[in-house]
Amino acid sequence: MKKKFFSLLLAMMMVLSLAACGGSTEEAPAGDSGETPAEEGSEAPAEGTAFKLGGTGPLTGGAAIYGNAAYRGAQIAVDEINASDSTIKFELRYEDDAHDAEKAVNAYNVLKDWGMQLSLGSVTSKPGEATSAMNYEDRIFALTPSASSVATTEGKDNVFQMCFTDPGQGAKSAEYIDEKGLGTKLAVIWKNDDVYSKGLYDTFMAEAEARGMEVVSDTTFNDGNATDFSVQLSDAQSKGADLVFLPMYYDVAALIFSQANTMGYAPKWFGVDGMDGILSVDGFDTSLAEGVMLLTPFSADAEDEQTQNFVKTYQDQYGEIPNQFAADAYDCVYAYKQALETAGCTPDMSNEELCDAMIAQFTSMTFHGLTSDDAGMTWDASGAVSKSPKGMIIENGTYVGLD
Amino acid sequence: MTFLNFLISGISLGSIYAIIALGYTMVYGIAKMLNFAHGDVIMVGAYICFFAISSFSLPPLVGILLAIVVCTILGIVVERLAYKPLRAAPSLAVLITAIGVSYFLQNAALLLWSSNIKMFPSIFVLRSVDEAGNEITQSNIALFDGRLNLSYVTLVTITACILIMLVLTWFTSKTKMGKAMRACSEDKGAAQLMGINVNATISMTFAIGSGLAAVAGVLLCSAYPTLVPTTGSMPGIKAFTAAVFGGIGSIPGALLGGLLLGVIETFAKAYISMQLSDAIVFAVLIVVLLVKPAGLLGKQIREKV
Repeated sequence: MKKKFFSLLLAMMMVLSLAACGGSTEEAPAGDSGETPAEEGSEAPAEGTAFKLGGTGPLTGGAAIYGNAAYRGAQIAVDEINASDSTIKFELRYEDDAHDAEKAVNAYNVLKDWGMQLSLGSVTSKPGEATSAMNYEDRIFALTPSASSVATTEGKDNVFQMCFTDPGQGAKSAEYIDEKGLGTKLAVIWKNDDVYSKGLYDTFMAEAEARGMEVVSDTTFNDGNATDFSVQLSDAQSKGADLVFLPMYYDVAALIFSQANTMGYAPKWFGVDGMDGILSVDGFDTSLAEGVMLLTPFSADAEDEQTQNFVKTYQDQYGEIPNQFAADAYDCVYAYKQALETAGCTPDMSNEELCDAMIAQFTSMTFHGLTSDDAGMTWDASGAVSKSPKGMIIENGTYVGLD
Repeated sequence: MTFLNFLISGISLGSIYAIIALGYTMVYGIAKMLNFAHGDVIMVGAYICFFAISSFSLPPLVGILLAIVVCTILGIVVERLAYKPLRAAPSLAVLITAIGVSYFLQNAALLLWSSNIKMFPSIFVLRSVDEAGNEITQSNIALFDGRLNLSYVTLVTITACILIMLVLTWFTSKTKMGKAMRACSEDKGAAQLMGINVNATISMTFAIGSGLAAVAGVLLCSAYPTLVPTTGSMPGIKAFTAAVFGGIGSIPGALLGGLLLGVIETFAKAYISMQLSDAIVFAVLIVVLLVKPAGLLGKQIREKV
């Protein structure tokens, strides 16, 4: 009898905890700051008068910092556009994919059922490769803010990127280091079980070789042994590398910085867009990241009015400085606005019609946004963007432009 | 000198594996089950210590003690709720439950503390004041003009590891409770007939194992300071390997297995192939198990503890 009672109690607890989980995932897209951007956009237009814009991203899980940033960036743009007198209005919906390809496909299907007409793809590459295939099949046009792998756009005429492709970033990094004379002996530490890191590494090495740059230390790690970097760092140190290129996400980079510090090794560090976010790590001693350089198309301290306004709005609403992902997503929404206006699209058009119109627009237009310089950005038919990156350096705990 | 440096980082990594492996081996030796949630108890311990130190500004020692207390309670509760009802069930059912508990803890941590990474504060540092009055913190000893680096975390970890091993060996061979544990591991039924409270003994084992997990968590995160809800899982699996390597159920075996695993991993990375380092580690494991199926010190398996 007692046993039965207990198992009943346990079963009830499990159901309750499940219910609790369900509740919080529903809340999760609102962001962990406790604010609900969806509510702030309360002037959301009535059904049928706005374009339904959907995207998936990691709003929870290991890469949540990116998903939330992109969601918030897009939300700010949508709010601004809806509050303006523009004839184009948007209705934005983001679904959580927890940086998991399978969950991303489910999230995509939820958005499709909701009636998504235009898509923001996925925020990260692995889910992006899965959802972009669905976008292609369903003829729903996608412009992803930050899924940077080549496979995301490859062979899909209606999937475009706002960010650089991984190979593009790797080559640009090598070019930048060479042209600015940042280092003479280079070291690379990369992650061999990650498409993002591998893509960057391959093109970085190719470009470095083509330019005759000296790479003295080439070391790697994977998910299973991403704790101890003493071997990689000693290798770079003993071979006298004065600049270490880190094509990886910021979580591992934070570990590398702290171990290098313990070893007394202080080279120049050069990262890519995955390094963005390192300053918002809880408890991270930002002095360790002092002097870290990264190549990213957006700088929150840029002087232009558009950037300043965006940074201010973002800070007011979410209490932190927006990163590149937020800016990319913001640009995506405005790029859509420009394309829709030029093509004269209306919200009652079907996704197939919109898709064809968008393909024509994106391959021909020039767009000026937060993440481009004065020359603006253009897209080629493969969906890859062409814009020039900005070098950034971390000084006194904030990002400062290198140029 | 680089060889020595690699040896030291290998030992440092290995002693952390060893301390986690002690928990695995302890529970396996007595309860005859693989507690796959052990790695996640480590994570919980690290989070508790992290919040105690950084959010409540408690001294590190209090943080560690608090982590031990919380993890001990957690271990007992998990045992009572998840494993005790399955005492008579086949071991496969218990194994799957343990994996379930592991996922439950990970996801609970994800809900409670979010996925954003936290940097664990360095607590094993020497604070001193230089002539100008600035506080300087030193986290390692540099020997031979800085060519050899020995961090305090490594020293503390190795010391803690050896100390824990000695205490556990003493505890299981000399105390009444320890003897009860060994009796349970030999034959639960016979132990019960002899008047030993088997359930209480197994609870006690979990309490000790989880307390050790808290210590391991703090040491793990002091050496490798990124803390996320999945922090414990990979070291947990490696430590499990170490326990099997050394002979699961044997306390000195866990220490030996952990140290060897860490050193082999580091040397494989440094001198053979960085991409294949894990493959090499597991290849060595397979060879050892082919030659000695019970693990390196597995012949003491009759002692079980």
